[in-house]
Amino acid sequence: MKIFSIALNTFRENLRDKLLYNLLIFALLMIGSSLILMQLTLGEFHRLILDIGLGSINFFGVLIAIFVGIGLVSKEIEKKTIYTIVSKPVARYQFLLGKYLGLSLTLVINTAIMAAGLLAVLYFQDVPVHAVLFKALGMIVLEFMVITAVALLFSTFSSATLSAIFTLAIYVIGHLTTDLKAFGQKMEGAGRSVLEGMYYILPNLDRFNLKGNVTHQLDVPAGDLLMIAAYGLAYTAFLLMLASVIFQRRDFR
Amino acid sequence: MDEVAKPIVKIQNLRKVFRVGFWGRRVMAVDGVSLEVQRGEVFGFLGPNGAGKTTTIKMLMGLIYPTEGTASLFGRPIGDPSGKAKVGFLPESPYFYDYLTSREFLRFYGHFFGLLGTALDKRIDELLSLVGMTHACDLQLRKFSKGMLQRVGIAQALINDPELVILDEPMSGLDPIGRKEVRDLILRLKESGKTVMFSSHILHDAELLCDRVAMIMKGKLVACGHVSELIAGDTTHEVEMVIDRLLPEALERIKPLAGKVVLQGERVMVVLSSQQAVDQALEVIRSAKAKLVALTPHKASLEDLFIREAKGIQSAVGARVS
Ligand SMILES: Nc1ncnc2c1ncn2[C@@H]1O[C@H](COP(=O)(O)OP(=O)(O)OP(=O)(O)O)[C@@H](O)[C@H]1O
Ligand SMILES: [Mg+2]
Repeated sequence: MKIFSIALNTFRENLRDKLLYNLLIFALLMIGSSLILMQLTLGEFHRLILDIGLGSINFFGVLIAIFVGIGLVSKEIEKKTIYTIVSKPVARYQFLLGKYLGLSLTLVINTAIMAAGLLAVLYFQDVPVHAVLFKALGMIVLEFMVITAVALLFSTFSSATLSAIFTLAIYVIGHLTTDLKAFGQKMEGAGRSVLEGMYYILPNLDRFNLKGNVTHQLDVPAGDLLMIAAYGLAYTAFLLMLASVIFQRRDFR
Repeated sequence: MDEVAKPIVKIQNLRKVFRVGFWGRRVMAVDGVSLEVQRGEVFGFLGPNGAGKTTTIKMLMGLIYPTEGTASLFGRPIGDPSGKAKVGFLPESPYFYDYLTSREFLRFYGHFFGLLGTALDKRIDELLSLVGMTHACDLQLRKFSKGMLQRVGIAQALINDPELVILDEPMSGLDPIGRKEVRDLILRLKESGKTVMFSSHILHDAELLCDRVAMIMKGKLVACGHVSELIAGDTTHEVEMVIDRLLPEALERIKPLAGKVVLQGERVMVVLSSQQAVDQALEVIRSAKAKLVALTPHKASLEDLFIREAKGIQSAVGARVS
């Protein structure tokens, strides 16, 4: 109940964020712009439109997750709005969870709007839509949830700017972890252990990427999907727990 | 019986060291403060700017952690939800979610206490009229003035009908009418059996309202007790007399008694500092057939105590430096 109220209030706060609308408009423009490209490229335009569409949804969603996510907690501390909340019978982890769920709700709705834009484009271009597209969209949302949790974790102990840099770094490296492992295997000693350690600790974000399956119309078995979802949720839960532990010890000054 | 005697707020040897700057320079904000607030009293927490009032209150509310020492609310350690459920808190110069209207804002906070639906709406209406904000109930908080925010902040602190109300500078930013309203509100809370603890540097307000006060300076508690006791310890009991038609010869007899003499044409103003001097001066006035226009006792006030303690601290610090 308390978490739910905080989540709703956070959602309401997000709706007032101009950044959100700007990114949303950009994303829709990007998706729409693939219509123009269609005229130019003769073959493969089905693939291209799906590629650009999903890529835009992913990219702009991640930007929202990072740049709204880093401010979730730090803004409340800066503006001291947190004082009156934490002094009520609200545990700090409840506050954190509420903020997290609020932004997640924003991201889900945001993704739904962007997806509607993509579906409209697909419909007008007579591109067939397969179930795997929706599975891919679901995994994109899951990735947003992991990224949001990363941003939230960093913002519980570092400034907004540093949190943004860290989270961006994790996002980039998170998509390269497979390369990281391959690269590590070519190395010796300490370098190898470090890279392999990073492979296991950092989120393997490429797992959430089903764009290839969509463009090649390869369905993903339910079992695989379940595994990916379990991985994403477990990773998110771990991040949120860590964030709660750090947040619990923090002075609001 | 036992229940009544138990303090509602109990602070024991509380200490807070802030680390500031790149090198982590230590700033002692609160230095070994111990005090208790009893059920049903209005307790004033006084001290100059930067004395450590807000820091102490923030520790009580679980916003920052003490470096040393302990504190409890209702016998529960700070941060315990069952303790917090019975407390209302107004932070210093409050700032709230500015995109909410005061009604939405209070509704949001009511949810934390399980208040819902019409019961909550009724409570909100009561509170808004209590703090005189009914007219602005559907206005977004970002359009509020400082004093209006302060009022909504007070309403927010009372949403759960708390047994203990902790207010950090409740009068700041309020106009004279607002200040009077807050004073009345505090007295009304006391009448209905609540306990109120508030910080302030407006000593006059504290004197009018408080059963007991604590005075904190540079992080240390310098005085704590009933207002009347604290003032009684003060020896300055001055009386001011205004006299008309006093002959020069009579004035000469009064001069040695007075601490200060001011001549204003026909009129003489003298300040006397003991009961004996007052009696003797009255004797002179009567025998010289002069006219006593006014006699005003200068009551010792918290302000005298405050200034004296501040000077004491100042010289102690000076001594340490040299
Ligand atoms: N976040 C902080 N970081 C570092 N030092 C701090 C911090 N907050 C307060 N201090 C220091 O602690 C001391 C006490 O500050 P505090 O805010 O408790 O004073 P106060 O009694 O509430 O003063 P005022 O009447 O001005 O509100 C001051 O010396 C201040 O510089
Ligand atoms: Mg203060």
